[in-house]
Amino acid sequence: MLEVEICDIKMKNPTVLAAGVLGSTAASLNWAARSGAGAVVTKSFGMEPNKGYPNPTTVEVEGGIINAIGLSNPGVENFRKELEKLEGKVPQIASIYGSTPEEFAHIASRVENMVDALELNISCPHAMEGCGASIGQNPDLTTQVVKAVKKSVKSPVIVKLTPNVTDIVEIAQAAEDGGADALTLINSLGPGMRIDLETARPVLSNRFGGMSGPAIKPVALHCVYQVHQRVNLPIMGVGGIMNGNDVVEFLYAGASCVQIGTAVMYRGMEVFSRINSSLQKFMTDKGYQTVEEMVGLAHE
Amino acid sequence: MNFPQVIKINRIIEETPTVKTFIFPWEVTDETPGQFLMLWNFADEKPMSISIIDPVNDEIGVSVKMVGTFTKSLHKLQENDKLGLRGPYGNGFEIAGSRVLAVGGGIGMAPISAFTEEASRRGVEVDVVTAATTKGEILFQERLEITGANVLPTTDDGSHGFCGFATELAEKLIKNEDYDMMVVCGPEIMMKKLFAISNRYQLPGQFSLERYMKCALGICGQCCVDDVGWRICVEGPVLWTDQLKMVTEFGNYRRDSSGIKKTF
Ligand SMILES: Cc1cc2nc3c(=O)[nH]c(=O)nc-3n(C[C@H](O)[C@H](O)[C@H](O)COP(=O)(O)OP(=O)(O)OC[C@H]3O[C@@H](n4cnc5c(N)ncnc54)[C@H](O)[C@@H]3O)c2cc1C
Ligand SMILES: Cc1cc2nc3c(=O)[nH]c(=O)nc-3n(C[C@H](O)[C@H](O)[C@H](O)COP(=O)(O)O)c2cc1C
Ligand code: FES
Repeated sequence: MLEVEICDIKMKNPTVLAAGVLGSTAASLNWAARSGAGAVVTKSFGMEPNKGYPNPTTVEVEGGIINAIGLSNPGVENFRKELEKLEGKVPQIASIYGSTPEEFAHIASRVENMVDALELNISCPHAMEGCGASIGQNPDLTTQVVKAVKKSVKSPVIVKLTPNVTDIVEIAQAAEDGGADALTLINSLGPGMRIDLETARPVLSNRFGGMSGPAIKPVALHCVYQVHQRVNLPIMGVGGIMNGNDVVEFLYAGASCVQIGTAVMYRGMEVFSRINSSLQKFMTDKGYQTVEEMVGLAHE
Repeated sequence: MNFPQVIKINRIIEETPTVKTFIFPWEVTDETPGQFLMLWNFADEKPMSISIIDPVNDEIGVSVKMVGTFTKSLHKLQENDKLGLRGPYGNGFEIAGSRVLAVGGGIGMAPISAFTEEASRRGVEVDVVTAATTKGEILFQERLEITGANVLPTTDDGSHGFCGFATELAEKLIKNEDYDMMVVCGPEIMMKKLFAISNRYQLPGQFSLERYMKCALGICGQCCVDDVGWRICVEGPVLWTDQLKMVTEFGNYRRDSSGIKKTF
């Protein structure tokens, strides 16, 4: 009943572990898969090892957290060793980042045979100069990066967008022009920040970071709704999903499946199976036979 | 809320030439020995085990060994200086059984001391092996003797107490005494040997692990261990022997801040 398919990737349910929430090692990805996730996305990795920002890298706020981990990762060659250890119980998506179309294309071709799809992170709100949102805020760069990756690999290419733009539809269309197979909406919102009262200092060492968690759900939902209306690509909805009802809202808005991030902090790895069973109950109560029937209903 | 509270240091105890204990005012609620706090010195933030839990005077303490940039900066602080604290985090030690062997190597004595005090208060008989390289580095001997625990210092160079490694003394004790459980914190090499001993003598044990931490909230994945993927900041830092059996990286390697494996 919960099965979904996105870019020919078959998933047993529509809940996917979001990029960068755990996912830095095969062990934590396998754990998410065993815990009921329908698919898993790795932590974003790039060409070279990256330590990320100094601590504090996370701080809790009302309705979620702000993080500026800074894309810490061991680099593509080390990460390949992790990918080798993936159990393959569920579809596996590699999230990659770079600063040029060539870098993206190189990394993509190094890992495409080890995963079912690639997710391009052009949307991190606190990445280093030239990476992340600085690409995803520019339609031309977005098209170029997607094109370069599409040219170098056969696997489906999913593009993850930032909500931190004037018009997300414009960027979604730019990704479509580049040949994207699907979109992930949205990366963490912001940047945002929090300042300590005693010392008058920003808490995060990077001063600002991306907001995630329940507080960003309305924004994410609106992004999904708008893009679904205007762009003809399947959407993975993400942002503040905590329970089965949240998933339903995203499906109604036009997402074909959802990713779950910060909820893992609040509800543990069991969050996937719990959300799936409550979604299933909702569908039974309402008489839905498939998840697909629910996609985009809010537009009718 | 997981936000650092900036607090004035009540007192600082110079424990040894390299270890200082920092004591903060703290409304003790459900803090347990083995849990840790994140300490913010306004330049960086790192995990530190709780070494003192004092619900009577409403105080909490951490003991810090000077090893690098962060800990050096802490050692320069004076009473009334401020630090940011958030927590407590992680699963602490369970207090179980009526006779327990506690083993702490070096700064690993920090959570072991909190455990010993709490277990002794609850009437558990505790034999504590406090291990150090040399006499001047032995931690918490007097403090723990007051609790009624049987304190057994050991030094690598034999300058105080038992001469030799904590592992040798622990094995001797386990052979001759009748313990229900052991609790351990120290260098991973030491813990690996004690883990083998715990299996050999079928003595259940709880081991406190250290892994690189960023969020301490269970979301960044930095502290996940192979092959189970558990987060040391949430599912740990204390693991029982039967859980530890599944942590294949234990005693072999850990990951640095970029996630690259470093062997012990
Ligand atoms: C759960 C836990 C409890 C701890 N309890 C104590 C304690 O009670 N007393 C104490 O003195 N130390 C404790 N530590 C270690 C402490 O957090 C620092 O790692 C250590 O003090 C070194 O800091 P430094 O910057 O001075 O040295 P550095 O030279 O900068 O670091 C030395 C080594 O410390 C480790 N390290 C550095 N940063 C971190 C980090 N963010 N998380 C984990 N490890 C890191 C790395 O292996 C590094 O190579 C604990 C660590 C963990 C994970
Ligand atoms: C600690 C943390 C790390 C993240 N790292 C990445 C990353 O490496 N790549 C990426 O595309 N998104 C990353 N994200 C964003 C999430 O994948 C997700 O888009 C965002 O958190 C919103 O979803 P949520 O509210 O369910 O967490 C990260 C989020 C968090 C909280
Ligand atoms: S330190 Fe981030 S998950 Fe444990």
